[in-house]
Amino acid sequence: MSGTPAVEMRDVHKRFGKLEVLHGVGLTVHRSDVVCLIGPSGSGKSTLLRCINFMESYDSGEVRIDGRLIGYRDEAGRRRPMPGRDLQKMRESIGMVFQHFNLWPHMTALGNVAEALVRVRKLPQAEATGRARAMLARVGLSDKETTYPARLSGGQQQRVAIARSLAMEPKLMLFDEPTSALDPELVGEVLQVMRSLAAEGMTMIVVTHEMGFAVSVATRIAFLDRGRIAADGTPRAVLHESEEPRVRQFLQTYHERNSF
Amino acid sequence: MDFSVYLQYWPKLLSGFGETLLCWFAGAAFGIALGFAIALLRRLNIKPLQWLLRAIIEVVRGTPFLIQLYLLYDGGPAIGLKLQATQAGIVALGIYGSAYFAEIFRAGFAAVPVGQVEAAQSLGMSSSTILLRVRLPAMLVAIVPALTNMLIILSKETVVLSVITVPELMYQMQSMAAETFAAFETILAMALLYWLMVEAASRLGRAAEWRVTAYMRAA
Repeated sequence: MSGTPAVEMRDVHKRFGKLEVLHGVGLTVHRSDVVCLIGPSGSGKSTLLRCINFMESYDSGEVRIDGRLIGYRDEAGRRRPMPGRDLQKMRESIGMVFQHFNLWPHMTALGNVAEALVRVRKLPQAEATGRARAMLARVGLSDKETTYPARLSGGQQQRVAIARSLAMEPKLMLFDEPTSALDPELVGEVLQVMRSLAAEGMTMIVVTHEMGFAVSVATRIAFLDRGRIAADGTPRAVLHESEEPRVRQFLQTYHERNSF
Repeated sequence: MDFSVYLQYWPKLLSGFGETLLCWFAGAAFGIALGFAIALLRRLNIKPLQWLLRAIIEVVRGTPFLIQLYLLYDGGPAIGLKLQATQAGIVALGIYGSAYFAEIFRAGFAAVPVGQVEAAQSLGMSSSTILLRVRLPAMLVAIVPALTNMLIILSKETVVLSVITVPELMYQMQSMAAETFAAFETILAMALLYWLMVEAASRLGRAAEWRVTAYMRAA
């Protein structure tokens, strides 16, 4: 828990037109933390996550990655957009996994994983392919190297997407509802990969509705409600001991829906 | 029917056909390049530039090609633009085509799934890499049929270039018909050659379509 936090958000505000989605969010994530963001739909979880790699711009406040402000450059009291090249450089070390996988359909599984190694890291093709192979093996898809995304199941596509991010050797991984688009029987294989990542000490921020995963893997759970963090602590503290009425209500709805 | 006129006129036919092909290829290449550039510029968030480009597209699409051609060839010298007939023909074809190509590319950009671009951005790819490796392959699937259509239309618009004395097929045919009075044979040969050209273009289009959608059939 020492040193510069991997991610530090301070008083982050974000609005879409008239709708303010984030009302002054503060969140600190240390290295090897696994933070699960939970909360009702529309509470701003995805927006918050997307501010961390500046896929979404924030209107005020600070988002720092390893101490460095992302998206903007503050000079002499004035804030300017960060040059594109600097932003690209920062994103190289922040992996992101999307709800709908977002693989490139015109490339094979191996091609998807090797692409950024060649185009961003500028590795020679042979080396990139070698590393991509190793990444696919790591997510258990060595037999799918030459397969195009359309021929993969959702779970397999999501594992390729994780391999694609991991190939860049990120210091931080962001997961935006990685299992929400999957058939129930395919959720497990993706969570298994995420579990092993967490066990290896990867710093992870995960927007999820998988409470079982949150309880067993997260070092912390942050509960978001209407653009504010309403509770933040260990899974036990948030899920069992929180007095916050919104958290209680959310969990009650969750239990009702998931009991038979 | 007197097919012996072909024996005498085949060199003219051939050179006319060559000129037609030259104008078509060069005009189409110029039109695609210009259209793509316009589509790219329209994506920049610069309002006055967007209005200007939109206005240009509307004017070019809203006036007959024949008028644009006369404007450039006969009106050009008034503003110091002196082009030879073939040059003027190619430039006019390119400008005419670019307005349509720009719209095709605009539609293509809109058809690229946002998620594929975001995935590329999240890995730190530059916009030019994303354009070449993600946007273009994704948009081509959607726009190759429209591009082929436009190429076919342009191939036939080359006929109009005869009015400014570009020595293309139509121009040669007119002199052949005037000299021999063999109107039917002349028109027949011309129709066959244009059909040949269009057939080649549509085959090319099908091959391109097959190629850009190859991943969809891969096992």
